[in-house]
Amino acid sequence: MSTSAQHQVSCDGGEINETMQAVTKHKGCGTIGGSGKASCGSQAGIGHLPNEIWEKVKNHPCYSEEAHHHYARMHVAVAPACNIQCNYCNRKYDCANESRPGIVSEKLTPEQAAKKVLAVASAIPQMSVVGVAGPGDPLANPDKTFKTFELVNKLAPGIKLCLSTNGLALADHVDTIARLKIDHVTITINMIDPEIGAKIYPWIFYRHKRYTGVEAASILSNRQLQGVEMLTARGILCKVNSVMIPGINDQHLVEVNKAVKSRGAFLHNVMPLISSPEHGTVFGLRGQRGPTAQEVTALQDSCESKMNMMRHCRQCRADAVGLLGEDRGSEFTMEKIMAMDIKYDEQPRKEYQAKVEKARITKLAAKQEELAGLASASSEIKVLVAVATKGSGLINQHFGHAKEFQIYELSTSGAKFVGHRPIHPYCQGGHGEDSKLEIAIGAIKDCLAVFVSKIGGCPKAELIKAGIEPVDQYACEFIDASAIAWFKLYLDKVNEGKVKHVERVDPARHNALISAA
Amino acid sequence: MPFKIIASQCTGCSACETQCPNLAISEVAGAFLIDSEKCTECAGYFDEPQCVAVCPVDYTCVLDTALPRYQKPA
Repeated sequence: MSTSAQHQVSCDGGEINETMQAVTKHKGCGTIGGSGKASCGSQAGIGHLPNEIWEKVKNHPCYSEEAHHHYARMHVAVAPACNIQCNYCNRKYDCANESRPGIVSEKLTPEQAAKKVLAVASAIPQMSVVGVAGPGDPLANPDKTFKTFELVNKLAPGIKLCLSTNGLALADHVDTIARLKIDHVTITINMIDPEIGAKIYPWIFYRHKRYTGVEAASILSNRQLQGVEMLTARGILCKVNSVMIPGINDQHLVEVNKAVKSRGAFLHNVMPLISSPEHGTVFGLRGQRGPTAQEVTALQDSCESKMNMMRHCRQCRADAVGLLGEDRGSEFTMEKIMAMDIKYDEQPRKEYQAKVEKARITKLAAKQEELAGLASASSEIKVLVAVATKGSGLINQHFGHAKEFQIYELSTSGAKFVGHRPIHPYCQGGHGEDSKLEIAIGAIKDCLAVFVSKIGGCPKAELIKAGIEPVDQYACEFIDASAIAWFKLYLDKVNEGKVKHVERVDPARHNALISAA
Repeated sequence: MPFKIIASQCTGCSACETQCPNLAISEVAGAFLIDSEKCTECAGYFDEPQCVAVCPVDYTCVLDTALPRYQKPA
């Protein structure tokens, strides 16, 4: 393929092809030496992590923001039972269009789950991780959970395993987790103060007894923190999820952050409470509000100096399939899987992973090239920009097709992923095209520009009217490098007096995270 | 022989099934059912009936008043 031909290829090709196009465009200094390292910039630098940790997280979309552009996960819903009751959970409600934890459309046996894993792994080479996240608690269903992992280990050994638990039963199962090579465990820890816990958990079921109130929360908290310590001692990466509940644990989560960090947790994910009354949760029915996107960001910021914060969580269903932010679960119902002729072949997945590794090196090189140009600039200016992407770290989605925008904060220190804004509120229905555009613009009001692969004339005009620059000249190119290049031009224009920079703070900063609930 | 599950309230989560010391609980058409011949109200095993203690929906595992209370065999 000639270089010019590659430049002409539209963005509508397959994802792997797009990645390779962008890789070829940015040959720069991205040669791979015998050591497998780039000539400029170490691989470890990609995640700002030590090499041994990076090796563990680089293919896990939930543990690495960088990985979530390239890799997909799937949850298999083999664990329906739970051992605690949370005020933000109602297990009865299921809407196929709805995305939140604890929700599934069909529960699976371990054998069905293994078959589904092979079906998805065959169809989606990006799929790197199989998790059990419910819909109850994986460790309240240890037989089903571990049987599933055993089958996946046997049938598709290259796939990473992870599970997400409330932590109550964790200490009893750490040996099995280690034996089955489950590398990643997420614990939801919402408090370390039982008085606060009593407002979140009405009861727990522990050692054949139901406990309530402060006593229940105290047992739960002790077990959770013990679990973090035991995982750390075995070198299993532990992520902590916390549900931010305004007025109950919002300030307290800073203390939670310190407690889990000191026990060796690797990553902390503060998520907004989802509490729509129609879900029928205790909090929803009581009118407990969720935090605004701004409140979540502020809390993440205040914890960030102390440990890695996850900002790319999409609070997915316990049977989600695909890249974070997309759910292809409906393509893989048991009915459809039973009709599939599945021939699992590891090769396409290995090839995809090799291409991602190559793309990463090139992406990093491209970013560093742009960053080098930024080094001379000194400016306090920070701006937000929105990006329409289908994955691979590329600007490769049409404005009108985007279901969410990724948000980057640009400054002279580079481009930093700070969150995502869903633009198709679930379960609302009935929106015309006009109002969809309004929702999209409203979701990114605080951004100076939106990077897209393509955009129609009408939305372009509306965006400009709203003061958001539609940027389509970086179609199919890497997000980071393009955003930095654009930011350099912006700074130049400001310095030359062509543009006056105005701090853009949207007081009612769109409640985008919450509106998805 | 006494606990029963109110099927219309059962979420089908299976939590009770694995906790039952008498293996009296099984799934029937998406909901769980207690075999009244096998249920001992957990007498001799636990202080509280396990299905009641673990069920996520209150008042779903209840005493079946149509039947006499469990009597330990003499």
